[in-house]
Amino acid sequence: MARYIARRLLWTVVLMFAVSVVTFIIFYVLPSADPAALRAGRHASPQQIEEIRHKYHLDKSLLDQLSFYFKGILLHGDFGISYVNDQPVAKLVFSRLPATISVAVGAAVLWLLSGVAIGIISAVRRHSKLDRATMSLALVGISAPVYWLGLVALYLFADDIGLIPLFGGSGSYQPITEDPLAWLNSMILPWVVLAVAFAAFYSRLLRGTLIEVMGEDYIRTARAKGLPERTVVMRHGVRSAITPIVTAFGLDLGALLGGAVLVEIVFNIPGIGRLAYDAILHSDLFLIQGTVLLAAFFVIGANLVVDVVYAYLDPRVRYE
Amino acid sequence: MSTGTLLEEVFDADLIGHPEVVAARTPSQLFWRRFRQDRVAIASLGFIVFLSLVAIFAPLFVALAGTAPPNAIDSSLLNDFGLPTGPSLAHPFGVDGLGRDVLSRTVYGARTSLEIAILATLIATGIGVVLGMLAGFFGGWIDTLISRSVDVMLAFPVFLLALGLASGCSLGNGCAGGLIQPGISTVVVVIAIVSWTYPARLIRGQVLSLKEKEFVDAARSIGASNSRILFREILPNLVVPIIVYASLMIPTNILLEAALSFLGAGVPAPTASWGAMISDATSIFNTAWWYMLFPGLAILFTALAFNLVGDGLTDAMNPRAAD
Repeated sequence: MARYIARRLLWTVVLMFAVSVVTFIIFYVLPSADPAALRAGRHASPQQIEEIRHKYHLDKSLLDQLSFYFKGILLHGDFGISYVNDQPVAKLVFSRLPATISVAVGAAVLWLLSGVAIGIISAVRRHSKLDRATMSLALVGISAPVYWLGLVALYLFADDIGLIPLFGGSGSYQPITEDPLAWLNSMILPWVVLAVAFAAFYSRLLRGTLIEVMGEDYIRTARAKGLPERTVVMRHGVRSAITPIVTAFGLDLGALLGGAVLVEIVFNIPGIGRLAYDAILHSDLFLIQGTVLLAAFFVIGANLVVDVVYAYLDPRVRYE
Repeated sequence: MSTGTLLEEVFDADLIGHPEVVAARTPSQLFWRRFRQDRVAIASLGFIVFLSLVAIFAPLFVALAGTAPPNAIDSSLLNDFGLPTGPSLAHPFGVDGLGRDVLSRTVYGARTSLEIAILATLIATGIGVVLGMLAGFFGGWIDTLISRSVDVMLAFPVFLLALGLASGCSLGNGCAGGLIQPGISTVVVVIAIVSWTYPARLIRGQVLSLKEKEFVDAARSIGASNSRILFREILPNLVVPIIVYASLMIPTNILLEAALSFLGAGVPAPTASWGAMISDATSIFNTAWWYMLFPGLAILFTALAFNLVGDGLTDAMNPRAAD
């Protein structure tokens, strides 16, 4: 087990390296515009542009720039400077992390609870009206664009422009440390909107696997020895059908911690997603690198955790 | 299954008991037969056909509806505060912030959406099938190279990658030294780049199990070449999973295209795109709700129809799981 984890950790480092090299290439080579001119702004003189080119090593070769970047990270923990904000990337990213964690974790709790509950009920009462209705709604939830749902939610329920003013609207985000009630009020709409598609996906997934599991022989055995149906479903059925949900949950949460771009934009929440979006719009290379690396870190980390937990839970998984 | 016994499904009912007439249905015939019995999926397919016709003949549709062309700006349709006017007989879906007809733009938006989603799916599936077959069939360093590339791609935040590629290529002079110009093809390429990994993994897995089957051994024993085994023996068995998987990728790509244009990294203005329309509506949707509502519903119904067809195809492929 220890060797397995060590090998996976090593592979994680390799992946992170590969991701950052690819990001570097994409954002340095692809744009036809001169990065130094972009940074210098609209009214810069040629001389100013030259200074910027020199200051940020933009006059060096791509390979030199890459090695500057990695040396900075490895030797000084320095992820570079955001050209637009003139602040260290690491500081910017960490200042935005609480907002993104607020959005992602709250929504995750919501979609996990509702998705699992709906999935179990639909599987147990399969082909009932309730099952048909929830599964149709789930498909609608999967098909709806999340930013559009966000706008509709704001139109209906935001306390500034909504028809039925109930919850905080766009731009009402408050850090939890300042005013927990205002924070909660501002988070309700983003949580619900973000959770819809995931809850829909999870309920469909769990329904499918649970129906399959309930056809297994050991379920018949459990019933035959006279266990109440509730115990059969929850202790024997769901326990085994939940594994794909655990996998999906880890990966989805990891992906969201890297920034829920669309939801953060619609609700004007200052998180990683909006930071990344602004960075991309301004070709702010080190900031793009920083946000992409953070997102990749969460995705790869979630993968690792899921695999290790899986290997721990399921003895059939071998760690060769 | 409502179709009766497996025997009746595989053989034509009239021919059972007549062994002189060999009329067993092939697996893909069975697949299409089961799909045709799924009423919801067929109705959704009908909607998709209708939508495609509307998209292809958009100018004709707009002329028939009697609304203005999609890019016709008419400031007389704005009220005294410069805000757009709502749905009326002349403009059933209202007008947007520039006085353009929302119905016409929604109709033309179907063109953008379907063209990009379908083309990107075809390309991504093509790449995925080729790489997946190579990796699964040959194994060794080819498999390692392809599988590890897939791992790197999957470690990327997909949406940020697409957004970065798209905005790098959609703003100004295009990218790769002007080789890729802003427009529909850029968005197609971007979406294909971020979505080929899933079909590649799927096909690799399928090929890994197919190549152990007896019919592959049989083909090899009579001296069939690798390419013959790949294309004549294995590929035909992949057709159904490829169709099913591609059908499920289309709605995802419809949503991805709309999200990219929502963020301003889709097709350049003034080309109508549903995501860009919602984005334009963001600043005025508290009064001009129609400008936000109709393109959103268009995305919702289109993605829903493709998802229903995809579900129907999946059920037809795994009839026992459908129950």
